[in-house]
Amino acid sequence: MARVAASPRSLLGHSYNLVGVVAALVILAWTLIAIFAPAIIPHSIGDIVDDDYFGPMRQGLWLGSDYLGRDMLSRVLMGARYTVGISLAAVAIACFSGVVLGMVAAVTGGWLDTCLSRFLDAMNSIPSKLFGLVVVAAVGSSIPALILTLAVIYIPGAYRFARALAVNINTMDFMTVARVRGESTAYLIGSEILPNIIRPVLADFGLRFVFIVLLLSGLSFLGLGLQPPLADWGALVRENIGGLPFAAPAVIIPSLAIASLTISVNLLIDNLPQKIRDRDT
Amino acid sequence: MTNLVEVRNLRIEATTDAGRIVEIIKGVSIDIADGEIVALIGESGSGKTTVALSLMGYARPGCRITGGEINVNGKNMAALSEKQRAKLRGTDIAYVPQSAAASFNPSSTIMEQVIEVTRIHGLMPPEQARKRAVELFRALSLPDPEGIGARYPHQVSGGQLQRLSAAMALIGDPKLVIFDEPTTALDVTTQIDVLKAFKAVMRAGGIAGVYVSHDLAVVAQIADHIVVLKGGEVQETGTTAQILSAAQHPYTRELLAAFEPRPRQAHADTDAGAKPLLRIDNVTAGYGAVRDNGLPLIRAVDSVSLVVEKGRNLGIIGESGCGKSTLARVIAGIHPAAAGDIIFDGKELQRAAGKRGQDQLREMQIVFQYADTALNPAKPVEDIIARPLAFYHQLDRQARSKRVDELLDMVRLPRTLRYRRPSELSGGQKQRVNFARALAAGPKLIICDEITSALDTVVAAAVIDLLKELQRELGLSYIFISHDLSVVEAICDEIMVMYNGQRVEQITPDRLQAPSHPYSKLLFSSVPKLDPTWLDGLVRDPELVSQYGHR
Repeated sequence: MARVAASPRSLLGHSYNLVGVVAALVILAWTLIAIFAPAIIPHSIGDIVDDDYFGPMRQGLWLGSDYLGRDMLSRVLMGARYTVGISLAAVAIACFSGVVLGMVAAVTGGWLDTCLSRFLDAMNSIPSKLFGLVVVAAVGSSIPALILTLAVIYIPGAYRFARALAVNINTMDFMTVARVRGESTAYLIGSEILPNIIRPVLADFGLRFVFIVLLLSGLSFLGLGLQPPLADWGALVRENIGGLPFAAPAVIIPSLAIASLTISVNLLIDNLPQKIRDRDT
Repeated sequence: MTNLVEVRNLRIEATTDAGRIVEIIKGVSIDIADGEIVALIGESGSGKTTVALSLMGYARPGCRITGGEINVNGKNMAALSEKQRAKLRGTDIAYVPQSAAASFNPSSTIMEQVIEVTRIHGLMPPEQARKRAVELFRALSLPDPEGIGARYPHQVSGGQLQRLSAAMALIGDPKLVIFDEPTTALDVTTQIDVLKAFKAVMRAGGIAGVYVSHDLAVVAQIADHIVVLKGGEVQETGTTAQILSAAQHPYTRELLAAFEPRPRQAHADTDAGAKPLLRIDNVTAGYGAVRDNGLPLIRAVDSVSLVVEKGRNLGIIGESGCGKSTLARVIAGIHPAAAGDIIFDGKELQRAAGKRGQDQLREMQIVFQYADTALNPAKPVEDIIARPLAFYHQLDRQARSKRVDELLDMVRLPRTLRYRRPSELSGGQKQRVNFARALAAGPKLIICDEITSALDTVVAAAVIDLLKELQRELGLSYIFISHDLSVVEAICDEIMVMYNGQRVEQITPDRLQAPSHPYSKLLFSSVPKLDPTWLDGLVRDPELVSQYGHR
């Protein structure tokens, strides 16, 4: 798929291709929107500005209006803030904990490895939506609770991934050399293993980010995510689902937003710049 | 056309990841007559395998045949379409890979794989193919020729597998067989059987061959002509006798010189009462479940004792699987012993490295065979060498940087190499960095586990010379583990022969000609000599071979 892209170009000792650049630009755009949304939205997200509901795209209401006649453009821009922000926080927690635990388990081995692996396998076996449902039912829906729930759901996957990579590195002779030198576990995982697995771990980070965006959207769609009047993209799709028969932009635009972000992240991962090893150019 | 193979002005180019085009074969011309075996020799990176593969019209991914003619049996392989080439592969030209173990499919029987060629090309009915295969097994002197085909690849030894892959190549009655370093991964005792079998079959069938190798002594036994390659160019061609006796090119001479027995370093003999640096008594170690007597189920090292004196070197030699590497790991504490004592510098050592003191760890360093895996590929050379300096000696950044320069000088590497990653170094350079890291610790004893086995003859000789020099300067002791007798002979004061986990004999290099233990006799007599008549004239005691050889 992505390999079909234009022939590689090079910059600063790295080769990259067009698909990767476009994907990176889309992600950058959504990030900037998430940061500056409050300053650029034309209307407040709670204001009813249209006489009709599911209004069409027109001047002043560039993306139409939603089921209450609120400005869709403002709501999508603000939604980016929640979708990107919550997902990013959750994926950072999930990957950091998962990768650190995974490397420690691989390096230490023995009973620690067994206990951690079995416990996280058990966690992994709980269906993610069901887990989210139970947590929201128990503690209610708030942004910190959402972030933590999403993080916990994705820790086992990150753990398994990092452990599998680290186990391979762990069998290398340079690990043995470092061990007989008397190095600590912290040095072993931080300095010997991490630099060797960082690329796949970053790719996994991106993939997991996509999963979390989709899960968050799914939870919001079920009404378990952000509560009104706040709305992320998933919630926007859900509250405007009634507009589907009218082909209202209000239901299509947030879906496109979700798609553009997740697909871009995926394409970027597949087309990360490659370091050029041939130095004689 | 007079010759079976006529390669004229062959050029092959490779494209690097930066899009730069490199010419890796620069106008090579080779002739091979019917039934003649031509050896391609040269160091790694000289293009010998690339040339050999091009005879099948094949270029590895990223490479392209850009010029010249490759005439094999009257057809220009370079000009044929891929489909036409595929038709010739297996019938006109066959290939025997370096690692037979990696080239067999572990999930189907050997017979199925050997006769696959006849099925693909529709050469003969399966029944006839099986019969032909059994004939070949017999010709290659494989044990149980009737039954071996029913086994799976993991059920036969490495030497047998290598001969089976030759059977696979020969079943299509090719006119030319390409051998790509087929015995490099084998023990010397096994290598002989394989070489003898190859030679007999090729001679009987009148088949021409290309033999790729960097081992001149092996090549001398099997080849009629030798082509010496370096940097993608032919340096010298000649008959085997010509090359061996009157080599013209400096590189060829260098190759030959690596075989000459070097004068051993005369040690200012330490007085007889010198304190031993390392002494191990009745050490046993192994793998598998621990039994009631506290010993493991499979004993890789069985009651071995040895002594290393200060400033002197001990060589440990034996075939693969004899427990020599396990012994090294036991001494270093990587694989804790199940029984026995290790006394280092007058103090008893804990069996596990994790329980030893920092100074004890510092004073005994281990250098591994594969520098590729022993150096962290994600770190530049300076970080790799500087780590022991920071860890053991708590040097600050400036002092470390200065010391790294000194260490690079010591192992004869240019200082500018410090910014490179291991993947950007050659095999010999990597092994030197590997060694510099051990030196950085400031050790008294360095355990060298097959450190020259992955290197070319010339490079290995240079590394050995370096080790000797450093010993003179720094007063180190080495334990030198190898399966290569000539290497051990060049550097060690004492040689211990191991077989099946046990020490069978300890001798000094002066008495190498007269080993007393039968296994040592077999081992020492199996080391190939440059003399081309050596293999044919070699008579081995059949009783010894059946007792210790892994046929």
